[in-house]
Amino acid sequence: MNYLDNIIFAVLLVLGFGYFFINIKKISRNINLGKAVDRTDNSNIRWKNMAMIALGQSKMVKRPIAGILHIIVYVGFVIINIELLEIIIDGLFGTHRIFSSLGTLYGVLIGSFEILAFLVLVAVTVFWIRRNVIKLKRFINPDLKGFPKNDANYILYFEMVLMTLFLVMNATDVHFQLSNSGNVISQFIAPIFTGISDNSLHLIERTAWWLHISGILIFLNYLYFSKHLHILLAFPNTYFADLNPLGQLDNLEAVTKEVKLMMDPNADPYATPPEGDVHVKFGASDVQDLNWVQLLNAYTCTECGRCTSVCPANQTGKKLSPRKIMMDTRDRLEEVGKNIDTNKGLFIPDNKSLLNDYITPEELWACTSCNACVEECPISISPLSIIIDMRRYLVMEQSAAPMPLNAMMTNVENNGAPWQYNQQDRLNWKNEI
Amino acid sequence: MSEVLIVPTMAEMLAQGKQPEVLFWVGCAGSFDDRAKKITKAFVRILNRANVPFAVLGTEESCTGDPAKRAGNEFLFQMQAMMNIEVLNAYEAKKIVTACPHCFNTLKNEYPELGGQYEVVHHTEFLKSLLDDGRLTIEGGQFKGKRITFHDPCYLGRANKVYEAPRDLIQKLDSELVEMKRSRANGLCCGAGGAQMFKDAEPGDKEVNVLRTEDALETTPEIIATGCPFCNTMMTDGIKNKEKEGDVKVMDIAELIANAQDL
Repeated sequence: MNYLDNIIFAVLLVLGFGYFFINIKKISRNINLGKAVDRTDNSNIRWKNMAMIALGQSKMVKRPIAGILHIIVYVGFVIINIELLEIIIDGLFGTHRIFSSLGTLYGVLIGSFEILAFLVLVAVTVFWIRRNVIKLKRFINPDLKGFPKNDANYILYFEMVLMTLFLVMNATDVHFQLSNSGNVISQFIAPIFTGISDNSLHLIERTAWWLHISGILIFLNYLYFSKHLHILLAFPNTYFADLNPLGQLDNLEAVTKEVKLMMDPNADPYATPPEGDVHVKFGASDVQDLNWVQLLNAYTCTECGRCTSVCPANQTGKKLSPRKIMMDTRDRLEEVGKNIDTNKGLFIPDNKSLLNDYITPEELWACTSCNACVEECPISISPLSIIIDMRRYLVMEQSAAPMPLNAMMTNVENNGAPWQYNQQDRLNWKNEI
Repeated sequence: MSEVLIVPTMAEMLAQGKQPEVLFWVGCAGSFDDRAKKITKAFVRILNRANVPFAVLGTEESCTGDPAKRAGNEFLFQMQAMMNIEVLNAYEAKKIVTACPHCFNTLKNEYPELGGQYEVVHHTEFLKSLLDDGRLTIEGGQFKGKRITFHDPCYLGRANKVYEAPRDLIQKLDSELVEMKRSRANGLCCGAGGAQMFKDAEPGDKEVNVLRTEDALETTPEIIATGCPFCNTMMTDGIKNKEKEGDVKVMDIAELIANAQDL
């Protein structure tokens, strides 16, 4: 009978982590549906970026209120989870507060966890108010209709409940309160429970303990379905981000090959293409045409909307929203992933694509490529790179540019300028008054 | 201003067996757009005054391909790039200066991989270096105490992190540099980039250039300074839209300096 608890705990733990790893594998498989892109260079700079941007939250504080509150929640999350180690050992071996033998140090540790838990509660409450009472523009934007809006609130509720359970668990732990070391916050909660028998107290303490660890495991598994994945993926995402200047777009290698062939006077225009030479699709109309870093970007996006709030097109009422570009990419990638799951590892065409079914050309053509969204993203996501790849598909595969752009391109091709001027007149300004 | 501009071409230089210190990439706007041509000439006057041995490609210059690339036409971009690179490499160009941030970005960042490796600087950086080296002096004169706000072109600022050179130059004019609420990395686009200059805007409730002009007007400037011919057009249109043409001028940094010199 005594071992029942331990067994239930072990089963819970295996189920919790097991399901999580199954989903992580799915994410990794989906990200690998993307095209190859080499991001193994400059590992020193990449580690530094990860340390500064993901671990150090350097870009979060650009907006100080949200930034500082976020750091509290983040530090709380990381530090309080040290406690998880004790919970796991206690749960598996039937011990109680195994680390309390550390004495004073234990008090200091738990004390700081309690303070953090309290601060997290405050921060999360402010976040909830910003979303639901003050209704900041970027949180009530139409991008967030339905699940994304609820998702954000669920996360906040989860955190409120977990922190409360942690504090209640400490407050109702008679021994812990008697030792009077580390109960910095819980000592103020303990009086609520005065008059309750020790047995009932113990029951409440045990319930809070079990709910706390179950809650953590449920939350862990909720990540996969939620924007909250960023707590894990922000790290690889900042590591693998593009290191080139923001203004630099990649040069398509497949195009370089063809252009070189076109410009080679010795090339035989009638030569049959070499065996196995398949047509390379230019640009992207679906998620499989994007590279894996762009797909990682989509899973990492936490839908904070900073990108959209600085987008010149969005601010002037156009349909483009960089956040929606990322959310659409993830939704479509999930859809493609499910298709593969149900068709035993093979993608069966579903007559849908990221272009048109999710992202419309009108959104794509509204972009000024100003990089404000890329600069603003706290975890180095580039909505612009997806926009450009989709424009490339529209123009090079479908010749579907807006008419004035076609005129501009014809001019560049024929006159070497976007306007209809003769290249021979290029130096006329020199003699004009 | 009947002074004759001295604008040698690379072909003329080569014929004389000379290599200029710097190749001035004029760009399409600088060559053909009436407003931008004034910026080109102002910059040339400064180069002439500072005795900088420079040359242009003249009729051998062609669009860098920037608007085509941003519109998604990678083919056209790479064809333009490779043709330009052939010309530039034939003249053994080493250093290029341009008054257009779009040409600047493309030449600097996107040409190297295709075989065009040059030292590329924006004209504000080049002017700053002329000052630092004592080859050019500026006296505040007519701009003393004037309120000037600087609009950061996206392809100069965010895209390539050049924020200080234009500001240093404005301050050299003894003018009062007033910053907009969104500037440097937070600067708002003028609305022209990404090939938007050549098409109508998508349906919305405002034009981007009007929004940006409002940012600028909040600083009650006498002059809005820019470093990009397209930003110049967009801000000028914005000022017209707000019927402020009488009060606020839109000028390129090169024009400010040329005017300060009475060039």
